[in-house]
Amino acid sequence: MDKERLIEAYTVMRTIRRFEETLNDLYAENFIRGSIHLSIGQEAVAAGVGLAMAPQDKLTTTYRGHGHVIARKTPIRFLMAEMLGRETGINKGRGGSMHFTDVSRGVLGANAIVAAGIPHAVGAAYSAKYLKEDFVTVTIFGDGATNQGAFHEALNLAAVYQLPVLFVCENNLYSEMTPIEEIVPVDNMAERAEAYRIPSFIVDGYDVEEVYGAVKKSIEDIRSGKGPVFLEMKTYRLVGHMYGDQEIYRSREEVESWKVRDPLSTTADKLAAMGVDINGINASVERDIEDAVSFAKESAWPDPSRLYEGVYFGE
Amino acid sequence: MAQKMTYTQALNLSIKEEMERDDRIVLFGEDIGKPGGAFQVTKGLWEQFGSDRVLDTPISETGFFGMAIGAALTGLRPVVEILYMDFCAVAMDQLINQANKLTYMSGGQFPVPVVFRGQQGAGRGNGAQHSQSFESLFCNMPGIQVVLPSSPNDAYGLFKTAVRNNKPVIFLEHKLLYGIRDEVEVGREPIPFGQANIVRSGEDVTIVAVSRMVQFAKEAAEKLAQQGISCEIIDPRTLVPFDLETVAKSVQKTGRLIVVEESHRWGSIGASIIHEVVEQAFNYLDSPPKLIGTENVPIPYSKPLEDAAIPSPEKIEQAVLSMV
Ligand SMILES: Cc1ncc(C[n+]2csc(CCOP(=O)(O)OP(=O)(O)O)c2C)c(N)n1
Ligand SMILES: [Mg+2]
Repeated sequence: MDKERLIEAYTVMRTIRRFEETLNDLYAENFIRGSIHLSIGQEAVAAGVGLAMAPQDKLTTTYRGHGHVIARKTPIRFLMAEMLGRETGINKGRGGSMHFTDVSRGVLGANAIVAAGIPHAVGAAYSAKYLKEDFVTVTIFGDGATNQGAFHEALNLAAVYQLPVLFVCENNLYSEMTPIEEIVPVDNMAERAEAYRIPSFIVDGYDVEEVYGAVKKSIEDIRSGKGPVFLEMKTYRLVGHMYGDQEIYRSREEVESWKVRDPLSTTADKLAAMGVDINGINASVERDIEDAVSFAKESAWPDPSRLYEGVYFGE
Repeated sequence: MAQKMTYTQALNLSIKEEMERDDRIVLFGEDIGKPGGAFQVTKGLWEQFGSDRVLDTPISETGFFGMAIGAALTGLRPVVEILYMDFCAVAMDQLINQANKLTYMSGGQFPVPVVFRGQQGAGRGNGAQHSQSFESLFCNMPGIQVVLPSSPNDAYGLFKTAVRNNKPVIFLEHKLLYGIRDEVEVGREPIPFGQANIVRSGEDVTIVAVSRMVQFAKEAAEKLAQQGISCEIIDPRTLVPFDLETVAKSVQKTGRLIVVEESHRWGSIGASIIHEVVEQAFNYLDSPPKLIGTENVPIPYSKPLEDAAIPSPEKIEQAVLSMV
């Protein structure tokens, strides 16, 4: 990554971090309903993937997908308004935290059913191949999702039809509150892709430059017609699975051992050494967050008389 | 131009004509390629349109249902064949949480133009896991349309609407209707959803029936006519959307309502139809409405048991006689 790219990556990561920390606060103040799943610690994957994708590329993601959508550059005002259930939200308040969708930026949707979006990505890739369009579809999911039938069926389909899709597994070591090593017979999720003869690579998900490089190269290969690729991002969430998680399943020491490699601080250090004004970036991110929060709070609620609007497209 | 053909041939012709008209229509399903499908509905389409468009899939219902949805979100109009409707149970998430919800959850950002079609129903001794009727279940999943053609002409005309439409569709064929032959208005306009068909006009009792139950109702009505009882048979053709107006009007005329359905009677769409009519036209009813549905047991294999479980022309006849 050149300096400009790295600044962009840091800005995206910082935006995701501050967006999600703010969600935590707003949740505590009852501005947000339901459950929220934060990706704090995993921002390097989001930023690396988002920056490596071309504008025409498509994405499906999960309930832990705030960051992935922010990295696609959906204005955070609309995401914050969605979190607060407002009509100005990206999904008009019909979706919520787990369902950010932004078709105009190729985000086909975040899914709250583990692994359900993976076959959707394979279908989008089928469209690209059939319609001879040059978009690549990226699908992001967790380590736990690799235990779902939908995952295996989707990988097999992508391999059999050689479709232009990139599988990105965020291995954060836990499937909800269960250590992944206790519930899979493999050491790496990438081994599962090998069974389908999909080229697979292991990436340090705490290094935004490595993520960016691996995704960029994979997307280029896929776009040139080489078929699907699988990337396993070794990563870690520095917060609980969801708001209120007591985290009894892991030790403080384990969390600390990852925290020292927090991709935000390592990237900030790197940029500072290049003479970049980190405080300036942070201040500008802070202004964006404040703007998003006031935009959301000032936005109107959806009108209950329009409850049925959008059950079907255009109706 | 009216032409006699089977229900299978009518579907096959409708799919073929639509694929010729719109090359965004693609077919996914098991054995639908060279073999032409287990029930021959896609016969000849693989030869005509090629293997990229008529995709013979692995036995991965979750995988290819989901794939169809993803393709529908990105410009295609997939038609998925479900070999036996019972098998959609292994992929229910893609129907109950995905196809029907993505448009709404996204705030109306995109259509999901996908048709899930296949046969269902009892009467052939296929056993409990190959015989159930699922329309009631699908009616309880807002965001998806539920279509049940009962004749070759309806199969032909309703499929065209299904595939031209921007909303997801469950298109339920019946394994014991595939062989029936009747006239099809080839080249006709698509049959709109939400428009019931008055199959037979009558004065004494309204019988609402879909799919194969229309055949049963017709048989019963013939016999009852000989006894001087006149039945009006209404085939709603689509359960979502539902043409309540036509049914309510008929009940206002006859004062009596029987709903016949092949899905299990407890928690059924038939019960909902009766409920709506009672709310709208209670004062016109001369007797309590009746519901004839499949008994609340898994469909048995043995013939006398299977016959006892599902509706029949005799059961309909008895019900009418008990009302008039
Ligand atoms: C089909 C389904 N089963 C269970 C759940 C509940 N659930 C939500 S997240 C999750 C764990 C998923 O773990 P992983 O795929 O590793 O993703 P992560 O949460 O770690 O990002 C579970 C079990 C669900 N949402 N969907
Ligand atoms: Mg995980």
